[in-house]
Amino acid sequence: MSTRGAVLDDAPSRAVPARRRGGPVRWLRRHALQIYGVLAFVYIFTPIAYVTVFSFNEPARTNLTWRGFTLENWQHPCAAPDVCSALGNSLKIGLSATLIATVLGTMIAFALQRHRFRGRAATNTLIFLPMATPEVVLAASLLTLFLNMRVPLGFTTIVIAHVMFCISFVVVAVKARIASLDPRLEQAAADLYANEVETFRRITLPLVAPGILGAALLAFSLSFDDFIITNFVSGNVITFPKFVYVSAQRGIPANAYVIGAAMFFISMLIVLGSELVRRRRVRA
Amino acid sequence: MSIAAVAHTGSGPEPGQEPPAATPGRRSSLPYWLLLPGLLWLFVFFAIPIFTLLGTSTQTPVPGGDVGAFEQTFRFANYPEAVREYTEQFVRSFVYAGLATLFALLISYPLAYLIAFRAGRWRNILLVLVVAPFFTSFILRTIAWRQILSEEGFVVSSLKFLHVIPQDMNVTASAVAVVAGITYNFLPFMTLPLYASLERIDPRLIEAGGDLYGSSFAVLRKVTFPLSMPGVVAGTLLTFIPAAGDYVNAALLGTPRTQMIGNVVESRFFRIVDYPTAAVLSFVLMAAILVLVTLYIRRAGTEELV
Repeated sequence: MSTRGAVLDDAPSRAVPARRRGGPVRWLRRHALQIYGVLAFVYIFTPIAYVTVFSFNEPARTNLTWRGFTLENWQHPCAAPDVCSALGNSLKIGLSATLIATVLGTMIAFALQRHRFRGRAATNTLIFLPMATPEVVLAASLLTLFLNMRVPLGFTTIVIAHVMFCISFVVVAVKARIASLDPRLEQAAADLYANEVETFRRITLPLVAPGILGAALLAFSLSFDDFIITNFVSGNVITFPKFVYVSAQRGIPANAYVIGAAMFFISMLIVLGSELVRRRRVRA
Repeated sequence: MSIAAVAHTGSGPEPGQEPPAATPGRRSSLPYWLLLPGLLWLFVFFAIPIFTLLGTSTQTPVPGGDVGAFEQTFRFANYPEAVREYTEQFVRSFVYAGLATLFALLISYPLAYLIAFRAGRWRNILLVLVVAPFFTSFILRTIAWRQILSEEGFVVSSLKFLHVIPQDMNVTASAVAVVAGITYNFLPFMTLPLYASLERIDPRLIEAGGDLYGSSFAVLRKVTFPLSMPGVVAGTLLTFIPAAGDYVNAALLGTPRTQMIGNVVESRFFRIVDYPTAAVLSFVLMAAILVLVTLYIRRAGTEELV
């Protein structure tokens, strides 16, 4: 991979004449892409930085202007009423939806990647379509179903909806992982007289596990952050995104910013941590 | 957020390939049992609701009935009526989504190029940083933009101080803010598929372009960009589709005059309790997107979808 980068880094310098000493203009030109990258990441991180900074703001009814630095919000994240109950709902819904969607999606991924069967095309379509449908349409159609069937809206309907839109993403992510396995490992297990069940349990599943874990994290973050579908099918249940949206009219407490910032740093730790572990393993 | 998935398929050997014939010709009931629960879920909670949506769209209020009581009368006139009434919001949805997709492409392409060809061992870390916004709440980061772009905000006041923008200009509560919000919120959907297809390009092809005295712009136009077309197509679709149906950005960053079709669907359901009109609008939105996407894919001449 690094050779690839090196090849390309050379390319522009070969185009310019041998004289390398140019002034700042030439330096800018040679590093234009890198400078652009820095600016792009500044843009990407601006609202995240804003949320983080304002999570340390002195609490008041709203959190619009800077009043002064305090750790109070972080020490008592549940001080504002409703923030933590909304967070609790989101966590419960996220965990339930993730568990169900990951199991169902992984089963479909194995069927698609490892078996020949009739109806593959139809299956693929049924999995692809929810990802290609705007959320508001998914939300509206599911709501009409619940209204027609007189299903009371609440925790259960939210989990049903979240599982529905998470399954497809789990399938795609796990399928990719299964496809990247080296088939020789399983062949070797078979050569060593392992039967199919043993091969699956001791070779295939452990190798696919990181993919399943990744898919579960993806499903959880999709569920946890979903607003549009949740807003349609939630009835009186308030999730964290719904809480923030509703309170946007009269002012969001700084505690909500604490939860937003904490979520960001925890996810970053998980993802960057696993990347570092992977790197160390590759090097070893 | 199929992004992670898309990025993954990019690094996998051959995505979407036929299953390896490990057990050639053997048919068993196992795959069906594996598929059954998941597909049943999607069938009951995705496919059937599309039909109940279709059913609701031709209903009319029960004469003298309660609010929210509707009966099936197969009134197809609901369609032209609703579409005529909300043409403006439909047009706005597609224009805003189209603009946001274009801006996202312009912002993402150099970034994806940088990560694919110049990042070396930092690639994965940079990819994580690209999706970083997804780790905070979608609503919260939209509200953050509203605050940042507001009158009293640091950015706008300094731009006004420097006379970059006119003193009386209002950035929030405008179409500009809505398009900017959509662009930002769906940016990773564009960057990751672009990266995935750029990363697959053999750098020797780009090098050859330079060796044949192509200027860097000519190489980009004639070699790199055409080869990255699958990523451009996937990225624009992944950005455009959620953008056209979005109503959060319009609700938080816009005004009643910048409402998109999603805002109308939401208010028809919850404020006005007019389910048939909401159903008509959702269904037309879905159909319009399907038609646009089909035309676009045909035009872009690629069958490699997701």
